[in-house]
Amino acid sequence: MSRKTAKTDTKDSYVTADGRTIGPAVMEMQNITLRFGGVIAIQDISFDIREGEVRAIIGPNGAGKSSMLNVINGFYHPQEGQILYKGEVRKPLKPYEIAHQGIARTFQNIALFKGMSTLDNIMTGRLTHMKTGMLSQALWWGRAQKEEVENRAFVERIIDFLEIQSIRKVPVGRLPYGLQKRVELGRALAAEPSLLLLDEPMAGMNVEEKEDMSRFILDVNEEFGTTIALIEHDMSVVMDLADRVVVMDYGKKIGDGTPDEVRSNQAVIDAYLGVSHD
Amino acid sequence: MPAEFYYGVEVFLNGLMAGVMYSLVALGFVLIFKASGIFNYAQGIMALFAAMTLVGFQEGQIPFAHLINAVFGTEVHHFGWTMPAFFAILFALGVMLLFAFLVEKLILKHLVNQEPIILFMATIGLAYFMEGFGDLMWGSNVKKLDIGIPQGGNFWIEENTAFLGGADFYGFYLDTLDIYATVIAAVLVTSLVLFSQYTKTGRALRAVADDHQAALSVGISLRSIWVIVWGIAGFVALVAGIMWGSKSGVQFSLSLIALKALPVLMLGGFTSIPGAIIGGLIIGVGEKMFEFLIGAPLLGGATENWFAYMLALVFLVFRPQGLFGEKIIERV
Amino acid sequence: MLYREVGEFKTSYAADQQTFPIRFDKLAYFIILAFAFLVVPFLINDYWANAVLLPFLIFGIAAIGLNILTGYCGQVSLGSGGFMAVGAYACYKLMTGFPDMNLIICIILSGGVTALVGILFGLPSLRIKGFYLAVATLAAQFFLVWLFNKVGWFYNYSASGQINAPEREMLGIVISGPNSSPQAVYLVCLSFLTVLALIARNLTRGAFGRKWMAIRDMDIAAEIIGVNPLMAKLTAFGVSSFYVGIAGALLFSVYLGAVEVGEVFGIQKSFLVLFMIIIGGLGSIFGSLAGAAFLVLMPVVLKNVMVGSLGWPVDIAAHFEFLIVGSLIVFFLIVEPHGFAMLWRIIKEKLRLWPFPH
Repeated sequence: MSRKTAKTDTKDSYVTADGRTIGPAVMEMQNITLRFGGVIAIQDISFDIREGEVRAIIGPNGAGKSSMLNVINGFYHPQEGQILYKGEVRKPLKPYEIAHQGIARTFQNIALFKGMSTLDNIMTGRLTHMKTGMLSQALWWGRAQKEEVENRAFVERIIDFLEIQSIRKVPVGRLPYGLQKRVELGRALAAEPSLLLLDEPMAGMNVEEKEDMSRFILDVNEEFGTTIALIEHDMSVVMDLADRVVVMDYGKKIGDGTPDEVRSNQAVIDAYLGVSHD
Repeated sequence: MPAEFYYGVEVFLNGLMAGVMYSLVALGFVLIFKASGIFNYAQGIMALFAAMTLVGFQEGQIPFAHLINAVFGTEVHHFGWTMPAFFAILFALGVMLLFAFLVEKLILKHLVNQEPIILFMATIGLAYFMEGFGDLMWGSNVKKLDIGIPQGGNFWIEENTAFLGGADFYGFYLDTLDIYATVIAAVLVTSLVLFSQYTKTGRALRAVADDHQAALSVGISLRSIWVIVWGIAGFVALVAGIMWGSKSGVQFSLSLIALKALPVLMLGGFTSIPGAIIGGLIIGVGEKMFEFLIGAPLLGGATENWFAYMLALVFLVFRPQGLFGEKIIERV
Repeated sequence: MLYREVGEFKTSYAADQQTFPIRFDKLAYFIILAFAFLVVPFLINDYWANAVLLPFLIFGIAAIGLNILTGYCGQVSLGSGGFMAVGAYACYKLMTGFPDMNLIICIILSGGVTALVGILFGLPSLRIKGFYLAVATLAAQFFLVWLFNKVGWFYNYSASGQINAPEREMLGIVISGPNSSPQAVYLVCLSFLTVLALIARNLTRGAFGRKWMAIRDMDIAAEIIGVNPLMAKLTAFGVSSFYVGIAGALLFSVYLGAVEVGEVFGIQKSFLVLFMIIIGGLGSIFGSLAGAAFLVLMPVVLKNVMVGSLGWPVDIAAHFEFLIVGSLIVFFLIVEPHGFAMLWRIIKEKLRLWPFPH
């Protein structure tokens, strides 16, 4: 199902054909440039992510997609340009501070906590919402236990949503790849993010797993209204999922728009589509 | 120039000599770390064990004599012969090679792909095992080690440097043994570098150090490389054990001196042979000079116990990659 | 009912987070506690208390402390001996500086002092990782021992350089000094261990425990999901040192009574505590205690068998101790990196499903 109704020309909210409300930009990247020593990973890129939409960043290997995601969640700090988040200029923050601002992500190479169970992994996603002090936790009285139970209830809803009830107590190191990806998505969802970043959520999956993952991503977007920015290799998947697509190549932006617009963009075809036959 | 200045210089020179000793032990660490990514805590005990074995062969001790006596009520101690130093060294080397083989067979083989910190802790266990084993085999008494290297102050240097200072300066006091140690260390390092640059095995070693997977894929046997590396480290331990043992007797404290090699490595980096040498010299000179200038007059002395570690700690906070390491770019 | 539960029967999340989810376990736990508090004091004599029970209780506390830092937060420390020394000397200064203060308060405050020192030495952990950090903690070990040896203020300028615990009472019973009874000392140590173990369990099953484990398993990912790495590591250093400091204070004040720092708190102690948690199980409170019990008991057993029964010299037994401990460390790291705790858990899992394992 393609979402061809996305509009790129308006700053106001609008309603898509499938009934979702897309709001104004929640994040705006303005003239971002990122260098590693002499290597330019990202060169003067601007784009925005609107509230409630699924935004994709695509491009061939080494185009700078992952670097872009790392800039968004504060792991790298760009040398030039500025980032507007919820209408304000974002100062250079530490990654954990950005997590507290409501940006959560998954990783290309799964970054789960291997020594912990599925449940505990997803519970770590709730850490930004848990505030009781050490003394209360040490005694396990009152607030600490109440907070634990409330957050556990929230996490159980995510576990139900992702259909991973049966592996709740299994250490994640023992799970197959596809399930690990799902747990990682669960951990990011547990944070109730206002912006969810997905780094190649379907990399290395078989067709069935890809379909499952696509369904979860769409459900997250539709049911919770979560804004999603994702990087993907697989063009066909992206075209079905995304409202709007940014195309990168060699650190530069070469296209931006609805899947249809991007598909018919000559620069994109030359750089990417022309060589891909997915 | 006042005499204090020359004493300072003497302390500096002695620090360099001590540094060479540290470097010798550190060298063994670097070899193993490069080839297998293992931080071998047991390197110090290996030096002690090698020295004990050497003395045991030289004096014709019966291995496990104490245990045999305790179990069977006998009174055996020596075979009754003594062995020339040269053959004793050869035999001790043989034991260290056998040890390398066993370590690979019994421990390393089972710990492939474990976290570095697990391997590190395993070598602490190995160190404990060897300490108990060595003491059971050769007894825990302090032993004198003498393979014929001259010891004591070097008169030639003293006489020929006395003119530098005034009437109360008698020339630099340097131990002849330390000078020998320096020369031997230099020879050892040169031959190791030549070995790794110009032999087939050396190339394989460097390949493994660079990338385990890639080395495997071009047909290098990781396990035989490990045996070779631990064998070489055993040889280096033997040399270090001979030097340290000649200097201060073969005893447990020898393995604690080897602990000092750890800060040396943190300064010099774990993968660099020149780093180990320079790090050793910095630590040797640094702790002697600190004791001379600040420790003894102001802090009550014995700062050598901790100075090396503190220096490494402070240094690492500002430069986590060591002196020669490259800046680490973290990735997700 | 020797063992029960053949499926999931829990009806609330609180029930699922219990320390002892199975009734039989809970019962066993309370029976053991009651036995330890009410029966054991009537059974022990000086030998049992001094050779086995007190060292077990005290090192049990230290092992839990180190396990919080190493097993849960992944930061290996070789400085436990030095931090125990901080606890002991803080306790000595508090006891002699404030003679009217209750000894229990002194011991807890000593833990607090050690926590501060631990946090100080934990600061580099943000930049130094893995075994680099392990070696860096050696700096704490050697420096602290040297400090307590050299600076007279710490041992009140006593001629011997030793510190001696003055006599203190609680509720009219002597609990420190040469006139204390083994029963009283035992109960003090047991109470500390019980409370501290419970607190450790609570901390590790909640948000703090998850922060620590997240840092242990993958520090970069932990930071990106919102864990402040410095805070997580420093709280681990602080809590861990608090425990280790209390162990040091107990070791000095109620158990040994007199301490010479180099002898009692040397690098060997750091290794001893580290070995306890490796053998017992990294990341397990129960494992810390099992490891402590094992490493306290083993030398006693070896000595009794080899020296007492076989008549071998003492030094051979000591050599065997090294040999066995070393082999066990390697063995556990190879075969079961989670130590006794995992072996125990596997047995329990089997029992839990028994008699219908499929």
